Amino acid sequence: MGIRRTLLGSAVALAGMAGVAGYAMAAEVTVVCGSVGQGAKLCKGAATEWAKETGNTVKFFAAPASSTEQLALYQQILSSGSSDIDVFQIDVIWPGILGSHLIDLKPYSNGAEDMHFQPIVANNTYKGKLVAMPWYTDAGLLFYRKDLLEKHGEKAPETWGDLTASAKKIQDAERAAGNSKMWGFVYQAKAYEGLTCDALEWVDSFGGGDVVNADGDITINNEKAVKALKLAASWTGSIAPAGVLSYQEEDARGVFQSGNAVFMRNWPYAWSLGQADDSPIKGKIGVMALPKGGEEGKQTGTLGGWQLAVSKYSKAPEAAASLVMHLTSKKSQKQRAIEGSYNPTIADLYTDADVLAASPFMGQLKDTFTNAVARPSRATGSNYNKVSNAFYNAVHDVLSGKTEAEASLAKLEKNLKRIKRKGW
Amino acid sequence: MTLALQQDGSATRKVKRSNLSSARLRAAWLFLTPMMIALAAVAGWPLLRTIWLGFTDANLIDLSESQFIGFENYLAFYDGEAYGVLVDAEWWNAVWNTLWFSVISVGLETLFGLIIALILNAEFKGRGLVRAAVLIPWAIPTIVSAKMWGWMLHDQFGVINEILLGVGIISEPVAWTADPSTAMWAVIMVDVWKTTPFMALLTLAALQMLPGDIYEAARVDGINPIRVFFKVTLPLIRPAIIVAVIFRSLDALRVFDLIYVLTSSSTSTMSMSVYARQQLVDFQEVGYGSAAATLLFIVIALLTTITVVAGGLKSGEGDQA
Repeated sequence: MGIRRTLLGSAVALAGMAGVAGYAMAAEVTVVCGSVGQGAKLCKGAATEWAKETGNTVKFFAAPASSTEQLALYQQILSSGSSDIDVFQIDVIWPGILGSHLIDLKPYSNGAEDMHFQPIVANNTYKGKLVAMPWYTDAGLLFYRKDLLEKHGEKAPETWGDLTASAKKIQDAERAAGNSKMWGFVYQAKAYEGLTCDALEWVDSFGGGDVVNADGDITINNEKAVKALKLAASWTGSIAPAGVLSYQEEDARGVFQSGNAVFMRNWPYAWSLGQADDSPIKGKIGVMALPKGGEEGKQTGTLGGWQLAVSKYSKAPEAAASLVMHLTSKKSQKQRAIEGSYNPTIADLYTDADVLAASPFMGQLKDTFTNAVARPSRATGSNYNKVSNAFYNAVHDVLSGKTEAEASLAKLEKNLKRIKRKGW
Repeated sequence: MTLALQQDGSATRKVKRSNLSSARLRAAWLFLTPMMIALAAVAGWPLLRTIWLGFTDANLIDLSESQFIGFENYLAFYDGEAYGVLVDAEWWNAVWNTLWFSVISVGLETLFGLIIALILNAEFKGRGLVRAAVLIPWAIPTIVSAKMWGWMLHDQFGVINEILLGVGIISEPVAWTADPSTAMWAVIMVDVWKTTPFMALLTLAALQMLPGDIYEAARVDGINPIRVFFKVTLPLIRPAIIVAVIFRSLDALRVFDLIYVLTSSSTSTMSMSVYARQQLVDFQEVGYGSAAATLLFIVIALLTTITVVAGGLKSGEGDQA
């Protein structure tokens, strides 16, 4: 009895001390900053550095690798008002979906957002509040095997038609030479958000618009979009493995980086991994903007990118916001650009000599990042996920040969009208 | 005096007995109450809340702002067009997928379970070991086995394609879980692999209860073993099989994890649960998703009742024959 009382007493005292210490000195901040690979390593490094400087402690939360799963998890955590996670990494399409659960970062930013690309800052502004700070930006790029193109006398493709022809030629020649696992082109065609990005690029490059335009009109059912999807459907099983229908980013990178594909559509992060010392295709990779839809088409890329946001339910919002400012600072973004080929959201860094030395394509492709096509997440607001789901399922049906492009897009238009019923 | 005493005694006994039975009744309630409270809390309340949410326009963006909207989530007319779960082609696609999956996989599991049970019922060396080994697929958590099969079925580095290519059955890798024409079969195959042991176990238990003298008599009379199986064994174990089929059907109708892990939210394999989850979580439509979940509950309740009634009637006939 005596022992138990003593134990209880000391526990109460300890809890009290911890509480006092928590308020008076250091806060503990839980942050989600990537769960795999280089991105997570860099983020952890920078966050630990912040913790050392400020005397706070930082805890890392490993989020699921798939962004769809991440959003589902965050929604559950946030809608229950939980304070488990203070700092979230959020996708460029989420500010409209999660905005009501996030704090306004303006009081903590000291105007830092002015350095960043303004379209992204506008994207992160929800009902007049700056709910997230831009962290890195992304656009879809075409990666190719310089050595293979050279060997078979092919040029980097200008249009998707050129790509189809080159891919077929090189694939057949390589297979005849004994490399039976060689494929022409790999991309993301699983029925998930990634396919929305890929398909939007095909459609936009043909001039078929962006599914739902800025005014909220449904524009996807048009001839140019049909043309784009027909071409993409012809790839399945011919220059792309049939399994591409279940590929996400890492599946595509797996095939490309093991040397079994000529072309790959992916995000810039694939550059530094492909150039790593243990990569079988180190030094053999070329990067360029995605091909045009045709002679009248244009080069484009879907705008991606991640932001950092602070939960409204955080018990240490000030410390959390300070961590966000540290991670999105020029210094951190420069380091990420050099070591992980993550594209900064700070315009100045695109002319920084160190950055360009590490990732030469960043300077060349600055236009791609500025011309990138945005997914219709601003026009459709919290309905975006439904729109995207309807879109990628319609595209997936076409790619797998289940329906013809015309029929699928007509059905998609009808579905989108249903979703729009109550307004976006 | 004696009479009075006797009367007295019997009266006391009567009082005592009713005291005893009411005490028993009280004790029964006392023991049952915690369970009933627990059931109401963990099963009743969520169910009622789901049904209630199905009548609201609740949304994950702000759950506190939900309003009662009646049957609008189920069926509503707007500008001459019908809306709601009941007219959503994807929902009916999910219902069809679920029924197709349930009928085929439970059917195959029952058949294979019976065959395995008959084998395990025979006397042979190492029978105990084989019985334990057969249970392994069932003991692995679904989420783990689904992921495992997902890797094995992968078109580029999956072992299944490697084997089939090696023996020359296919000429190029098949994307089992991605191709709409094979995705459902892949899911059914994994489910059959996983739950056949369960069916085999229940069937084996029924087989072990059968009296040996019937078979003795059949053998003496020289009756064909196949005839014995269909005329004696099968009718006798049918009640047990029906129970097993009901158990499995309930499981199959609310299938979620297996399909979600293998093919995520693809429409070619989407089950009712996957549909409800997509509405609830991906689309944040708590109201609409709850309406779908309520329909799922009704469909399962209906089918269970039908199976129990139909199965019960038949086994009753069997007993009489």
